[in-house]
Amino acid sequence: MAKELLKGNVAFAEAAVRNGLEAYFGYPITPQSEGLEHLSGRLIEEGRVFLQAESEVAAINMVYGAACAGVRVMTSTSGPGLALMAEGLSYIAGSEVPVVIVNMMRGGPGLGNIQPAQADYNFMTKSAGHGDFRPLVLAPSSVQEIIDMVGLAFELAEKYRTLVMIAGDGSIGQMMESAELPPMQPVRETRPDWAVTGAKGREKNVITSLALGAENLERLNLRLQEKLAEVKANEVRYQTYDTDDADLLLIAYGTVGRICTSVVREARKAGIKVGLLRPQTLWPFAEDKIRELAEQARGVLVVEMSAGQMLEDVERAVAGAAPIRFHGRLGGVVPMVDEIMADLKKLDAETK
Amino acid sequence: MRHEETIFSGFGGQGALFAGQLLAYSGMAEDLHVTWIPSYGPEMRGGTANCTVIVSEMEIGAPIIRHPTAAVVLNLPSMEKYEPLVKPGGVLVVNTSLVDIESERDDIRVIALPASDIAEELGNARMANVVALGALIEATGLVDFETVEQQLEEHLSERQREWLKPNKKALHEGAARAKSE
Repeated sequence: MAKELLKGNVAFAEAAVRNGLEAYFGYPITPQSEGLEHLSGRLIEEGRVFLQAESEVAAINMVYGAACAGVRVMTSTSGPGLALMAEGLSYIAGSEVPVVIVNMMRGGPGLGNIQPAQADYNFMTKSAGHGDFRPLVLAPSSVQEIIDMVGLAFELAEKYRTLVMIAGDGSIGQMMESAELPPMQPVRETRPDWAVTGAKGREKNVITSLALGAENLERLNLRLQEKLAEVKANEVRYQTYDTDDADLLLIAYGTVGRICTSVVREARKAGIKVGLLRPQTLWPFAEDKIRELAEQARGVLVVEMSAGQMLEDVERAVAGAAPIRFHGRLGGVVPMVDEIMADLKKLDAETK
Repeated sequence: MRHEETIFSGFGGQGALFAGQLLAYSGMAEDLHVTWIPSYGPEMRGGTANCTVIVSEMEIGAPIIRHPTAAVVLNLPSMEKYEPLVKPGGVLVVNTSLVDIESERDDIRVIALPASDIAEELGNARMANVVALGALIEATGLVDFETVEQQLEEHLSERQREWLKPNKKALHEGAARAKSE
């Protein structure tokens, strides 16, 4: 495949089609609507299912239904839409069916605005719905990476029968970048053996999140926890930049993560030995690696487009091994290289 | 090393976003790293539209920048916003057909040309974006003109095919004006 100039939203949508997406149910919301628009054409062209639902509540329940039937299914949205989906997300988790959701984060709370933000971090990693569960959350920082992560998301969702979210932001969705799409994969012809496909000639499969009786539901929860422990042990992903000899450690993900690669370049030019850890999974979180790097560093600077949500996970991981500072921009403001540099220089001076 | 961080800005409809895309496609065709990111706020409707294009031999970190190495300003609000932000040593292309103030910067190269009028003489004032792009490329040497012509051929939409030749002319006319500046 050759490189193309692709918009993030179109890229994730086309990557899903090529990874054998069979059905998409969604409701438009900026800054992800080009993804839905692209699928409205492409899925029909391929003879698959595209449906624009009457709301996000309807969309997520259609996704839930298709997932129960063993269909490779996804939806995409942004913060306000994701909030409407919360009930369905919890049912999906309780029923242990594989679902992929792209969330192009925008400024909140409330209707907020349509600029890039990262303030859905806690929502996605810690409280996507009622009950004890966590989605696996992937965090791309470029158009190429969101393409690659769509394939990975389906793989992980089906491997663990779990909910996988891709945490993009308005910038990833709206940006065009040169990237390469995967080759077209055929749609799966078989259904998983747990799927509800009609029980003719076999024992019936039952998929439900209803488990009456406390002990019964506790057993289900313990099984979920066991699975999450397995995810946590196996699926932590991150990228490091120049961390080998780093005195200072930057931690940032997504759009801010790539901005911080520029900060590393500039800081090194200015003689400050800084390295960057960019989490590629927000849950499970790279806590062991962060602890290890913090132990070798004089200080840590966390940068987010939020008031400090990932910051709490970093604090827990670092556990006092190094002083931590935070640079956050809110409401859709994207932090610039120079302002991060200023905080980095301050941290450098303070910890010398 | 080839590396340019350019902001294209104008009224909605002036083609600032398309000129930026044309540069991004051209960079990609020459195997450079490229990013193109638009301003997409609803508050922009009817106001200015701008995009940031980075073309570089290096992998691109931040796709959004405060101080561009070059700016193409097609109208007055864009001039007022971006003229002060261009990095020292950078390039500013000004469409004087719609900008009636002069730059006071002496630490950047200012190319002032009546892009809309030039485009109108070539048949359509809407080609002002391509005139300005020609001036930018002449001043920065970022990509080859041949590459831009190829990308015009590939990305000018079907219904605008008749404007292919005039657009090529517009590109070179912009370059010629920049050279004589």
